[in-house]
Amino acid sequence: MQPAEPAAAGVIHDIGYQRYTGPRLGRRYAVRSLYVHSVRTAFGLGRSAKAKVFPWIVVGLVFAVAIVAVVVRSQTGSPFISYLQFSDTVGVPMLLFLAIVAPELVSRDLRAHVLPLYFSRPIGRGDYALAKLAAMVSAAWLLLAGPLLLILLGGVFAQQGGWSGAWHEITDFLGGIAYAAIAALVYASIAVLVAALASRRALAAAAIVGVFLVTAPVVGVLTAIGGTTMRELAPVLNPVTLVAGVKTTLYGRTDGLDVGNFGPMYISIAVALVVACGTLLVARYRKAGS
Amino acid sequence: MALIEIAALTKRYPRVTALDALTVDVEPGIIGLVGANGAGKSTLIKILLGLIDPTAGGVRVLGLDPTREADAVRGRVGYMPEHDCLPPDLVAAEFVTHMARMSGLPRTSARERASEALRHVGLYEERYRQIGGYSTGMKQRVKLAQALVHDPDLLLLDEPTNGLDPAGRDAMLTLIYRIGTEFNISVVVCSHLLGEVERICDSLVAIDGGKLLRADRVSAMTVQRDVLAIEVDDRLDELGLPVRRDGRLLLVPLESDETYDVIISVVAALDLPLHRLDQRRHRVAELFTDQADQEVLDAAR
Repeated sequence: MQPAEPAAAGVIHDIGYQRYTGPRLGRRYAVRSLYVHSVRTAFGLGRSAKAKVFPWIVVGLVFAVAIVAVVVRSQTGSPFISYLQFSDTVGVPMLLFLAIVAPELVSRDLRAHVLPLYFSRPIGRGDYALAKLAAMVSAAWLLLAGPLLLILLGGVFAQQGGWSGAWHEITDFLGGIAYAAIAALVYASIAVLVAALASRRALAAAAIVGVFLVTAPVVGVLTAIGGTTMRELAPVLNPVTLVAGVKTTLYGRTDGLDVGNFGPMYISIAVALVVACGTLLVARYRKAGS
Repeated sequence: MALIEIAALTKRYPRVTALDALTVDVEPGIIGLVGANGAGKSTLIKILLGLIDPTAGGVRVLGLDPTREADAVRGRVGYMPEHDCLPPDLVAAEFVTHMARMSGLPRTSARERASEALRHVGLYEERYRQIGGYSTGMKQRVKLAQALVHDPDLLLLDEPTNGLDPAGRDAMLTLIYRIGTEFNISVVVCSHLLGEVERICDSLVAIDGGKLLRADRVSAMTVQRDVLAIEVDDRLDELGLPVRRDGRLLLVPLESDETYDVIISVVAALDLPLHRLDQRRHRVAELFTDQADQEVLDAAR
């Protein structure tokens, strides 16, 4: 028996089908597209107005801090927040951003069971996981790099040192965005892994905040009750203080976290943490959505 | 060249054998892959897509080996999963465009093809609405559109009529029939309802417990007719129709609408209380395992 005449299924419009003869750009293009799409999604671009609200509140907050820094500097002449300090100053908005964006990028696809649609295409499971991670790292970095650029522009105009002064500002700025990249890498790796383990968005957001907030008092208590070694070592347990320790080590600062002789260990632990999160993330997607 | 070649394909899980030395070649066209739930249909689809590796045996899709050339196979195949797989907070046009890019289509082509695919499935007017606000039928169409958007050479549809009302089922089947005939794309339709797929398919592959029950062109298979089940208090031998007893039931092949008239007039003439008169639907399980109805049909011939 033949199916009903097309007229009976009125909603199906009868216009001819055309085969696609254009280029098929393959797996690497697909992964790159997923990455770009995810970075845009992080800021709600190409999404509904509702999806834009929270990311842009955070963007507004960090730019507000940057504007205050620029204004104070132009009035007093001395830097209010240095390029290196900035990433730590906006720690709370950053945490908020991670808790909003990581579940948006990762949990949503898990919750809606979209993964089979990706994995039945040229894109692979590892590709998907790493594209999402890279997008979260990039978004977190952009959140810091944007205001830093504003502070640089303010700084270049405020400083009195002429060309050498401007160059000095730029090198400080480069140090600042490099540190922002380190912070973004560590924070985003943790956030994406946690979000990938929870398919409910609210749960994922709470878990991300939890990882950052619960470990902070642990570090505080250990620092308070322990000896010198404990005081220098305990901060590795919290992502924020871990990254601060890396900063002290790399930038040779004395006003930051005191890590004693454990500097190289802070760097190794940060690297190991990122590698472990990436590996676990890929392992998570080996099973998910099949 | 065969569309799909399956040779002694076996997939064992720790506690269950999903596919057991399945061997079948499938020619291009619209193919119905039928079997009860748990027969191994979804496992077979996943192996065809290169998503899982078989325990033993070989398989070729469009002349390619999905275990070694998974990228190439997936680039040319469209897949519509059985279950819900759409993000509710995205606009359909955006989502299908994104999926086209994931298949490797450049940005502009992806957008054009997404609009086209949504138009072909009958969602042109509604394509800028969020998927979460769609009915089940519309969601099924979006799922079909994303499978079609990159112009595949083969579509794998897993239970495409799931959850649809009768009108929605007919529309979906008509659409699949059009894809197979007018669009010239080969389609494998998985279903546990034989009566549904046999209407649109060129050939059928029936599997049960991971084994091949039967594979043939629909035209070569027995013409299947429906069977009427009648329950009355007394004999109904005066029908003049081939009748078979099944407990308290009498089974009569449904030749045409006149069969109803014959039954009603005989029941009225004999003044019998009629408890039940219903049409038995074709189900794969009945047609391929239960011989009861088959005997009635054979007797009729």
